Amino acid sequence: MRYMMLIYSQENETATPEQMSAIFAAHRAVLDETQHRGILRAADPLEASATATIVRVQEGEVLVTDGPFAETKEQLAGYYILDCEDLDEALAWAAKIPTGCAGAAGCVEVRPIRQMPTRVPVNG
Amino acid sequence: MDDHHATVESVFRNESGRIIAGLIRVSHSFDLAEEAMQDAFAAAVVSWRAEGVPANPAAWITATARRKLIDYARREQTRRNKEDQLLYEYALRSIASEEEMSRPFEDDRLRLIFTCCHPAINKEAQIALTLRTLGGLTTPEIARAFLLPESTLAQRLVRAQRKIQQARIPYEVPAPDRLPERLSAVQAVLYLIFNEGYSASSGDNLVRRELCAEAIRLARTLTELTPDNPESMALLALMLLHDSRRDARSSRDGQLVTLEEQDRSLWHLDQIAEGTQLVERALGRRSAGPYQLQAAIAAVHAEARTAAETDWKQIAALYGILNASQGSPIVSLNHAVAIAMSESLERGLALIDSLGSSGELDSYHLYHAARADLLRRMGRYREALESYNHGLALTTNAVELRYLHRRISELDVLAS
Repeated sequence: MRYMMLIYSQENETATPEQMSAIFAAHRAVLDETQHRGILRAADPLEASATATIVRVQEGEVLVTDGPFAETKEQLAGYYILDCEDLDEALAWAAKIPTGCAGAAGCVEVRPIRQMPTRVPVNG
Repeated sequence: MDDHHATVESVFRNESGRIIAGLIRVSHSFDLAEEAMQDAFAAAVVSWRAEGVPANPAAWITATARRKLIDYARREQTRRNKEDQLLYEYALRSIASEEEMSRPFEDDRLRLIFTCCHPAINKEAQIALTLRTLGGLTTPEIARAFLLPESTLAQRLVRAQRKIQQARIPYEVPAPDRLPERLSAVQAVLYLIFNEGYSASSGDNLVRRELCAEAIRLARTLTELTPDNPESMALLALMLLHDSRRDARSSRDGQLVTLEEQDRSLWHLDQIAEGTQLVERALGRRSAGPYQLQAAIAAVHAEARTAAETDWKQIAALYGILNASQGSPIVSLNHAVAIAMSESLERGLALIDSLGSSGELDSYHLYHAARADLLRRMGRYREALESYNHGLALTTNAVELRYLHRRISELDVLAS
């Protein structure tokens, strides 16, 4: 089953270059190992939440606003999609994903990806 | 009640945990397993009345439920398209296999207990799920025991079962490196169930006793399933030793009777004997965890034939170790009381007062009650009254309120 790991980080830019490279190395390790096992489906970091734009359609009208949906301390900073046997495997991988994107540690939300009866073809 | 009806109920109470554990394994579904088992019990009510109770009622239920599962799978199969058929044929083969179903049940129950107490499920739901699937308690029974509306509890159960299914919480015994941590989560759930039943708070007394009995039964199962774990053993011992005092701890008119005032002839000696034996076996394995220490303390109390014979020195020593490893304000409070009883009331009171200065226990009614109790023993009645009144203001529990009122009225006489 595919699980999506949503990485929530605190967005303060206080991480030193050493801390940053440690975080990159930790991501690299997870990426390499999951790729090697053939369970890595996707993974990407996101730009800071200040770059986010919200689109809302209300009664046919498109409403565009600036900024993230909610002003919370922890913001979505990236994601992994891994194909795991069960939740325990997913949780074990989630524990290895660094959450301190730039600053104090955050958390990873693990969500199973819903299986649709007929698959929508991706990339042709 | 008809004979066969009573049999159906007792099979449900005693065997449903085992039966459903096996059904979940073969069907990979809590929902289907439960539906099949309910159907099988409903069929039993009709069939056993007409044809008599079979020689092995649990096996009859299992076989009937298994046939129901096959029916469901066939029904589902015809609904699905060709592409998915292979998957369902596979599932069907597994359900239909007699051999698969008759594999030892013990593994299934252990798997199930770990699934029900998985940390990805919230604590309240873990408790409800454990009682429902392993304990064979009905949803209304659990709701009544926890003083919750039935709909709230039903929803809690549905949500948890859905999460198990959809997030694919595994149905297996955790890997060795995760086992200690997961086992302690299971132990915590069982102890919470017991305490819910044992606490003197309001509610249907019979249902509360049922909760204690159920927790003991599940703890016993856990010791059978993890025979080498001293904490599982100690947990069962702790429950047995507490439960042995159930008839002595409240008077006929519902008044709380303290350990000191209890009529010890009402204690259940068989439970004390079993509990003490278990503590000794558990402690023989060295690493003394929190349940082992608490059970050891309960055993020391149980050994004393009169309150005056209580070996407070040993209790103080045990609380001392517990305090060092699993320190909490409440453990510290108990430690201080044990020091008061074994060394001197003054030292105990000094310890209690220094605990109180941190402010953490200020809103805890038993802190004030314990302090008042020491002052009362020292003859400082006015100060004792003040502390009892402090505790009184913080209590909502009816039984404890009555106890504090009694103490206060006794002291009113002495202090005047």
